[in-house]
Amino acid sequence: MNHLLAQGMLDAPLGLLLSLAIGGLFGFWLERAGFGSSRKLTAIFYFEDFAVLKVMFAAMATAALVLSGLAALGKVDLHSMFVPPTVLWPQAVGGLVFGAGFLIGGWCPGTAAVGLASGRLDALTFLGGAGLGSLAYAFMAPGLQGFLVAGDCGDCVLTDLVGISPLVGAMVLLAIALGAFVVAEKVEAMQRRTS
Amino acid sequence: MSPRPYWNPYLAGVGLGLTLAIAYLVLGTGLGASGAITRTATTALHAVAPATVEANATMGGYYEGGGSPLHNYLVWMFAGVLAGGFLSAAAASRVRVQVERGPRISAGGRIALTLLGGALAGLGARFAGGCTSGLALSGGAMLQAGAMVFVMTTFGAAFGLAPLLKRAWR
Repeated sequence: MNHLLAQGMLDAPLGLLLSLAIGGLFGFWLERAGFGSSRKLTAIFYFEDFAVLKVMFAAMATAALVLSGLAALGKVDLHSMFVPPTVLWPQAVGGLVFGAGFLIGGWCPGTAAVGLASGRLDALTFLGGAGLGSLAYAFMAPGLQGFLVAGDCGDCVLTDLVGISPLVGAMVLLAIALGAFVVAEKVEAMQRRTS
Repeated sequence: MSPRPYWNPYLAGVGLGLTLAIAYLVLGTGLGASGAITRTATTALHAVAPATVEANATMGGYYEGGGSPLHNYLVWMFAGVLAGGFLSAAAASRVRVQVERGPRISAGGRIALTLLGGALAGLGARFAGGCTSGLALSGGAMLQAGAMVFVMTTFGAAFGLAPLLKRAWR
């Protein structure tokens, strides 16, 4: 089985239609989780509702197990897929700026789309602000060439660096996720008792 | 009808994870959201200042060879997110036009914060080369180092600032 990226067909009509369908599933699950609400999304930062952590870790671990499992069976080649490249410094600084924006604005880009679809006008203005922020980047980038490649390590997959198989790495991720779920449930139970 | 309760977050997470796995298997790449915003904003700027956009090192590439930034799978994926989100919200009676905000902030104050927060999120996503979808989730599922760094700094910043923003949310 060869994916569309390998066939150079991601932006061909078939790729666009399949992206639309996969985006539909993506939006469905985000909305079902409650992520069309900025108050629900930001509740984690006040230790009241850890749905963001639960959904993200469950999704990461599920996808990691499926993909690494298929790779272990020889069905897919993970290295043929596009993985966002690691450039440590701009990703660390970008994360700090993004995280501030997430808390101040109450959305991230994908959830803002679901929020807008749910009628949230604050999601629409967030998306407008995000558009302006990404344009600002385009004008800042020429002056930041050194910073933007600082800590570039390419694909930089942790299982390759440590020298374990992706399946073992996915199991470690699952164990970390399960540990985080236990802590999240305990904190939520404590909050319920005190409120 | 009153809004129906959200689904169990672990179930939604597994559903989202299977969707992400399907994206990798079918498309050969993960999910993404911020790219479509960047491409839409670039198209809007290009409508009023085409020469500026085409001369810019970051944005000019979209227009090489007569291309358009909107002719891209991420833009269609974003349209899908809007449609899927709407169908799900409508089926659960959760569509309501409103400015969602904490109990102690005005609608105007909330909108001002979304513009600031959106701008920071848009800028940060471009520094990092992705957002919570394209970098944190898609890279994290592939156990990629940059995604882990991004997750830690994103949540570190948001948790660190939360006490200062309490008036906006609680």
